[in-house]
Amino acid sequence: MGTFLPFFVALPLLAGFVCLLLKRAAPRATPWISVGSMVGLLVACVLATAWGSSGVTFAGDWGVRGAGAGAFVVGIALVLDGFSRLFLLLVAVVGTASAVYALRYLAPEEGRPLFHVLFNLLVAGMNGALLAGDLFNLYVFVEVASIASYGLVAYQTGGEEVEAAFKYLVVGTLASTAILIGITVLYAATGYLNMADLSAAIAGGGVPRMPLLFASGLFVLGFGMKAAAMPFHAWLPDAHPSAPAPISAMLSGLLIKTLGIYALVRVFYVVVGMDENLRMVLTVLGCLSMWGGVLLAQAQDDVKRILAFHSVSQMGYVLVALALNSWLGVAAGLFHAVNHGLFKSALFLSAGSLERVTGTRRLSEMGGVFRKAPATSAGLVGACLSISGIPPFNGFWSKLLILIALVTAGQTFVAVLAAGAALMTLVTFVKVQRKAIFGALPARLEGAHEVPASMYLPALALAALCLLSGLLWPVGVDGIVGAAASAVLAREGAPPAATVYMERIHGEVPR
Amino acid sequence: MTFYCLIFALLAVGLYGLLAKRNMLKKILGLVILDNAVNLLLIAVGYRSGKGAPILLPGDDPAAFARSSVDPLPQALVLTSIVIGLGVTMILVAMALRLHQRYGTLDVDRMDRLKG
Repeated sequence: MGTFLPFFVALPLLAGFVCLLLKRAAPRATPWISVGSMVGLLVACVLATAWGSSGVTFAGDWGVRGAGAGAFVVGIALVLDGFSRLFLLLVAVVGTASAVYALRYLAPEEGRPLFHVLFNLLVAGMNGALLAGDLFNLYVFVEVASIASYGLVAYQTGGEEVEAAFKYLVVGTLASTAILIGITVLYAATGYLNMADLSAAIAGGGVPRMPLLFASGLFVLGFGMKAAAMPFHAWLPDAHPSAPAPISAMLSGLLIKTLGIYALVRVFYVVVGMDENLRMVLTVLGCLSMWGGVLLAQAQDDVKRILAFHSVSQMGYVLVALALNSWLGVAAGLFHAVNHGLFKSALFLSAGSLERVTGTRRLSEMGGVFRKAPATSAGLVGACLSISGIPPFNGFWSKLLILIALVTAGQTFVAVLAAGAALMTLVTFVKVQRKAIFGALPARLEGAHEVPASMYLPALALAALCLLSGLLWPVGVDGIVGAAASAVLAREGAPPAATVYMERIHGEVPR
Repeated sequence: MTFYCLIFALLAVGLYGLLAKRNMLKKILGLVILDNAVNLLLIAVGYRSGKGAPILLPGDDPAAFARSSVDPLPQALVLTSIVIGLGVTMILVAMALRLHQRYGTLDVDRMDRLKG
């Protein structure tokens, strides 16, 4: 089953390479190559999800070394389980929407093929990070995705964009350095890089406490920076709005989750193991992000900056839920991360269309767009309702689940904070809708017209998915999210997740 | 032990350059120092006192090889890490060039148009 796993990395990598080759010969074909590779990924992910398949493979297999109980396989371990499946699906869905959106969004200019090279590289890096079965490959794929994203943030080579990218790069590199030092410390203490072996060694209690604590601290710092948790968030509100709209959607909708949340959960739940200190740290980071993001968003006038600050805030919800170390908390947190991926990318795509329609990103200069661009407005309103947590949109269900998980775990205070922040989110997005969509049409915008269908359809489709995954939550979506949570943390009576993960790697080793 | 202390001193120098310096070129130099400090750390972790280079020839006994050579894995990791560091440095230099063309300065404080 596992032999098809390299496909998820190889397809976008190949597509990016082909884009580079066609740079001169057929630059107009490159956007379609991106769309093709994303659709291919989407089909593969839907199939993998429908079959509920999981598997492991060693890419670049150099054969079995040794014999007997000490036998091991040399190669790049790629592991697919319920958890990585959920996020692969999210990457494919949002990636497809962004690729279609980019068809008409970018003017047919000189550097356009290079945009698609980086776009595919970004997806390859994220997919690789989702599948990596050992810590060093996780780091390498995180870097591949990060480097592509630095280039994409600076794509519109204006002063502000490059400055934001510079800032982002400095913070991103610090984060990567912290992660690499953490990996080195763990390797020095245990002699393993494979997540399954590491988790067994740590669970066995043979690892001294100090290096473990040191490595955990570095991982919280590194992945926390990548996830833009509150004290480490300063780069995000500059970097995400500076990128072109489809990339803003990819960065806010996917990158902070795959490199931040996914990696945090994988490293802490599966490898290092959660403890009380860590739960405390994650809860504090989560509460700070929740409120800090939402409060800073109030002061903004630029639509994309408002959305960027709300990404910080929504990541806070995910962190407080994940910090609970309970099955319900993990399920709620992952569901919210996926929902945020859907509605935030819909919001960023709509914001890009809004910028095209009105010629500005400032809310105070917009108004009455509904009359000029009904389809764009519909997508924006749908996504706004979802992020504000209006039933029956998916944002409502995941926020409700997080509140239930918090209250059942006895953290009523955090639950009150979360409910308050949700209310503040509602206030911001009511303001956004009132100023941009409804209200009086400024005289300046009399000549405005709707964006092409390839730009409003992806946003509409994502907004429709928000509604659908909310409506279908009890019949199907809960199964996918539940499988993801079960892959991370055992439900009552099931074996611990780390064991399952380990068996999945070692089951493939011929003994 | 002295070696590890020196590595951490290098790490501190790199961090200081990256975070405290206002000149972009100095920031980039700080980053390069930081990168190399981490690479040294990786190498130091795999070093075994008095052992040889890890070259496994066909026909060698793996167990004897493991006894007689330093840990080869961190060396493989460092190769990857050097390549990544090179890529990041290239992007940074390209961005610094672009910013210098636009603002005529390398001082990050004097070009701050972002609201933070």
